[in-house]
Amino acid sequence: MLAQQLVNGIISGAIYALFALGFTLMFGVLRVINLTYGLYFSAGALIALLAVQRLSWPLYAAIPAAILASGTLALFLDHMLLAPLRRARAPELASLMVTLGATLVLYSLLASPLALGTEIRRFPPGVIGGAAIEFLSVRISLTQILILATTLAAVLALTGLMQNTRLGLAVRAIAENAAVAQLMGIDQARHLHFVSFLSGALAATAGILIGLNFNAIQPYMGETMMLKGFAVIILGGLGNIRGALIAGLFLGVLETLTAGYIASSLKDATGFVLLVLTLWWRPTGLFGRATEGRA
Amino acid sequence: MAMKLVRALALASLGLAIGVPVSAQNKEPVTIGAIEILTGPNNKYGLAIKNGFDLALAEVNESGGVLGGRPLVIAYEDSAGSKEQAINAARQLIGAKKVPLLLGPTLSNEMFAAGPVANQRKIPIVGTSTTANGITAIGPYVFRTSLPEADVVPVTLRTAKEKFGISKVAVMYGNDDAFTKSAYDVMKAALDKLGIEILATETFGSKDTDFSPQLTKIKSLNPDAIVVSALVEAGSGILLGKKALGFPASVRVIGGNGLNAPKVAEIAGEAADGTLVGSPWFIDKADPANQKFVAAYKAKYGTNPDQFAAQAFDTLHIVAKAIDAAGETDPEKIRDALGGQRYQGVMGPFAFTPDRDPADTSGVVVLEMRNGGFQILK
Repeated sequence: MLAQQLVNGIISGAIYALFALGFTLMFGVLRVINLTYGLYFSAGALIALLAVQRLSWPLYAAIPAAILASGTLALFLDHMLLAPLRRARAPELASLMVTLGATLVLYSLLASPLALGTEIRRFPPGVIGGAAIEFLSVRISLTQILILATTLAAVLALTGLMQNTRLGLAVRAIAENAAVAQLMGIDQARHLHFVSFLSGALAATAGILIGLNFNAIQPYMGETMMLKGFAVIILGGLGNIRGALIAGLFLGVLETLTAGYIASSLKDATGFVLLVLTLWWRPTGLFGRATEGRA
Repeated sequence: MAMKLVRALALASLGLAIGVPVSAQNKEPVTIGAIEILTGPNNKYGLAIKNGFDLALAEVNESGGVLGGRPLVIAYEDSAGSKEQAINAARQLIGAKKVPLLLGPTLSNEMFAAGPVANQRKIPIVGTSTTANGITAIGPYVFRTSLPEADVVPVTLRTAKEKFGISKVAVMYGNDDAFTKSAYDVMKAALDKLGIEILATETFGSKDTDFSPQLTKIKSLNPDAIVVSALVEAGSGILLGKKALGFPASVRVIGGNGLNAPKVAEIAGEAADGTLVGSPWFIDKADPANQKFVAAYKAKYGTNPDQFAAQAFDTLHIVAKAIDAAGETDPEKIRDALGGQRYQGVMGPFAFTPDRDPADTSGVVVLEMRNGGFQILK
């Protein structure tokens, strides 16, 4: 049972980590709490679902399309909502309020009977194979392996991008000090657009994978995920990619073990206990240092 | 000769003069009130109920009406699912239309609002679809004909025990929702009473999608079945999770009313196969009364009846019999007569308990999910 519970925990942790990657990137570079982030998670899953259901697209076409569309949505919303605030040098609280309002409006639009309604949807049976590998009484499905592989690939690609490319260097420079970066001739707006797009795309990827795994897709799924996302990025350190991966996996495993061995009613509490403890002992996150390591 | 004719005419006109008013008084319709959701989001329940009433009403009136030949009429008022509107409807029907009895309202919430109004004016009110706890505790004029969950769940569990030899189960329930929590209380009491061992009790949130920690734990305990109190979404997620973890096919999910919905099969697909639920009524019940009802309903409305229509159909027959038994349209007498009614309807045998709830659970059918739809468990 322990082995299976660890697998369960690692899978749900991988989803938390994948979700938190974009969140921590957005937070670390743009320096704002963008509450619309959970929406891209819902949007990714819903767009992929609609493409499969209504347009009969195959999954391998629907997934990239949904990721691109959600990334573009993130870019658009950042441009509409946050860029004006950046230009006006508005305080951080302003962006929090603006994205909070936008989130409420967008979720209601998505959930309105005219759009999709709040009912839970699923991919048509047969789109995802229910195939599973059984190894010493531990079962892991192909979707779960896909989740794990995608998360690891996303972490490696993102780290590589940030550390080894000029684009990554520019983004890190903006994260370090936007004004100086601008003086050095870095086109801030263009790079921030890129970061928004990338974050939205990562959230959408997580949304699609969780939709495939649990087969329960509904507009508000991103809202529940945001709470976990906060715990993960605070635990892992704001803007810390490796920290997000480790913290995500840690939270997933801890939640699963709590539910499996202590009490399932305490499962959701673990994330918040961790969050409070982290803020108490190490406000910069378990893997973060005060000024370094952002993005 | 002429004299004789005049006398005959005079007699005839006298007869007419006396006869006409007498028979007119006998034929005066008896109007009762009904408050249902006829517009708005939940109106499919109200409209099904109205269809059930109207079908039974036609039958009653074809066979001579009530009180020796007086036609029965239902005055409908729309509650639109709102408590305030349900109260207004009750006031209007009692005050302006002077109805001696009310049917409805559709939702338990509305009954908690309109029930006290009727009870205070001493007008009997009969809910056909209100299953919450405490409905009939509103007062001595409040009746209901729908079986509460507390009566249906024990039948499901007893059947599962007898049929599949289930002796040890795991229980899962949503702990953040009043409906699933109260169904869990009912399940726990019924399991204890049946002597079925509870190996583990696991909870989840109604918005959860990942149930694998709970299910992995349950799997390691080897239960005979999993008893689940959940709404459709979480319940379907549990069924999918159970399949993903490779539970043996013999381990069924036994659900409450929350899982008694076709949507479960829509979301969970073949993972839902084998799920057991109890239902106060089912369209494929083989008894002649039910078959006749289903055929008549289809002929009149072109759609299949649901549980709400069936409950309404029986209720109107019960109410018509009670008015006959009362002998007049006096609310007090109708109330007294209602309590003593025995009726064999499409839901099965029916009688009221002294507390004005349905007394007989022998009409409950246990359903099994098979190939994407519920069927009567054989």
